[in-house]
Amino acid sequence: MQKLNYSIYPIGDSALTIEFGNTIREQTNEGVMQLFHQLKKNQVAYIIDIIPAYSSISVIYNTVAIKKSNPNILAFDWMKQQIVKEMELSHVNELNRRQITIPVCYDITLGPDLNEVADYASLSIEEVIALHKAKLYKVYMIGFLPGFPYMATVDEKIQLPRKSQPRTKVPAGSVGIAGAQTGIYPSASPGGWQLIGQTPVKLFDVTQENPCLLQPGDKVSFYAISIDEFYHLKIEQSS
Amino acid sequence: MSITIVKPGLLTTIQDNGRWGFQHLGINPGGAMDLRALQIANTLLLNDLSEAVIEFYFPAPIIRFNQAAFIALSGADFNASINGISIPINQPIYVPENSTIQFNNKINGKVGYLAVQGGFALTEWMNSFSTNLKVGAGGFEGRALTINDEIFFTVPFRKSKKSTTCTILPWKADTKAFYTTEALQFIPGNEFNLLTEVSKQLLLQESFTILPKSDRMGYCLNGPSLSRIHSKEMISSAVTRGTIQLLPNGQCIILMADHQTTGGYPRIGHIISAHLPSIAQKEVGTEVQFKLTDLPTAENFSLLQAQHLHQLKNACNLQLDAYHRH
Repeated sequence: MQKLNYSIYPIGDSALTIEFGNTIREQTNEGVMQLFHQLKKNQVAYIIDIIPAYSSISVIYNTVAIKKSNPNILAFDWMKQQIVKEMELSHVNELNRRQITIPVCYDITLGPDLNEVADYASLSIEEVIALHKAKLYKVYMIGFLPGFPYMATVDEKIQLPRKSQPRTKVPAGSVGIAGAQTGIYPSASPGGWQLIGQTPVKLFDVTQENPCLLQPGDKVSFYAISIDEFYHLKIEQSS
Repeated sequence: MSITIVKPGLLTTIQDNGRWGFQHLGINPGGAMDLRALQIANTLLLNDLSEAVIEFYFPAPIIRFNQAAFIALSGADFNASINGISIPINQPIYVPENSTIQFNNKINGKVGYLAVQGGFALTEWMNSFSTNLKVGAGGFEGRALTINDEIFFTVPFRKSKKSTTCTILPWKADTKAFYTTEALQFIPGNEFNLLTEVSKQLLLQESFTILPKSDRMGYCLNGPSLSRIHSKEMISSAVTRGTIQLLPNGQCIILMADHQTTGGYPRIGHIISAHLPSIAQKEVGTEVQFKLTDLPTAENFSLLQAQHLHQLKNACNLQLDAYHRH
């Protein structure tokens, strides 16, 4: 495994975080994904949840079970030792290399902040759309809402910060920008991202065995569809 | 065998010990707000500790038992009665068929639990019976219970003598060891030292009031405004139940069962697991204080509570054996 500097600290009495610095970098996140897949694959005892993020990975564990079988050591220290052991294995894991294309309708009625982004960037709306769909994004993490992908990196010209006053309701499927990140709201929710379009595709579907369309590590590209296609696909999805 | 919801109550949901293993997909663990009460109610009936139960607030539901059942209540005490007979919490109860349970007034606590021996016959969603209201899945049709919902329960593992009167079984769980009325203990979070010295003192010395906008996601606090030594933005990473986050306005929120999986606000502390049931039971308007502790203390406390629970289970086992032999 690629060597990165890290620190390990508790986030409660039954969880810890391994942090590889406080930056959004492809190389750092690659290290996070390596460790994520390794911990999943090797099924370290007593771990009940593993949460990869931009530059950290957190592990939730069963403190009582660890203490019962290892009475002379802190459960935190025991778990830390297991994780350090895993990190020292120089094994390179087969990482998720999925690439997924998602249709987006960049119509002003579905992307109410298109004008604001265009003004910010001193570009036309068409240029903003072209910049957004030109990039191949990486899903760095999933969080906030079930299935909400945090993707990067947005073209510098259109890196508009979050709205100062979040909307009380953002429709499901909305595609937004927040600084260097782009994301999609899987369900209707309050939210502060700058909305530039909407996808008719369901990102989270409770009726599916794997309810999440995207997973951490996926690569995502967007293609533009017309408003007619959008509503057509939307109806198709719901029937 | 089934129960029917006669009146739904404020927020009545099916919960268990949570949905684990899917936080990398943003699916929060959820589960009972007071996990200890869930475990106590189940222990009294010799169910699995994590068996699904009904969680409710006040105004609480009115529920009809269409067939006889063994039940236990735990957590909040809302002065329950069955067919007009007052019944206690933390004690197993035989409920005859066609009985109705209602909750008359708040005595103490905020969130109550009703467990049925053998558990409810429901379908798991992603390895858990907990209701995830945000995505509308799990529990009973992914939603809060409402009028005329009929929930089936599985056959009790031992048939009791048929009786037409409600019977309070003669043993009780002593729950004192599981709750505290004193300051809530926390271990410092990774950003504890981001607080100014003055703010640290305020956190440890002042009282904080639980605000009305508190819910299953988190308990919002109102207290002295806390300040940071710098306001550098943090990158989002995982958060846990019990995490005390510092919001940009200087106020704190304690994350509860339905917390988001990740967050970007400073984590100034984490309430120890042993004290999470106590905070869950605190009502809006209650003042809470905080006390700093360390990880060894927190871990030992968890172990001690698990041992208490185990002792309770052994005691219930003996009692139920004796009861059935009579």
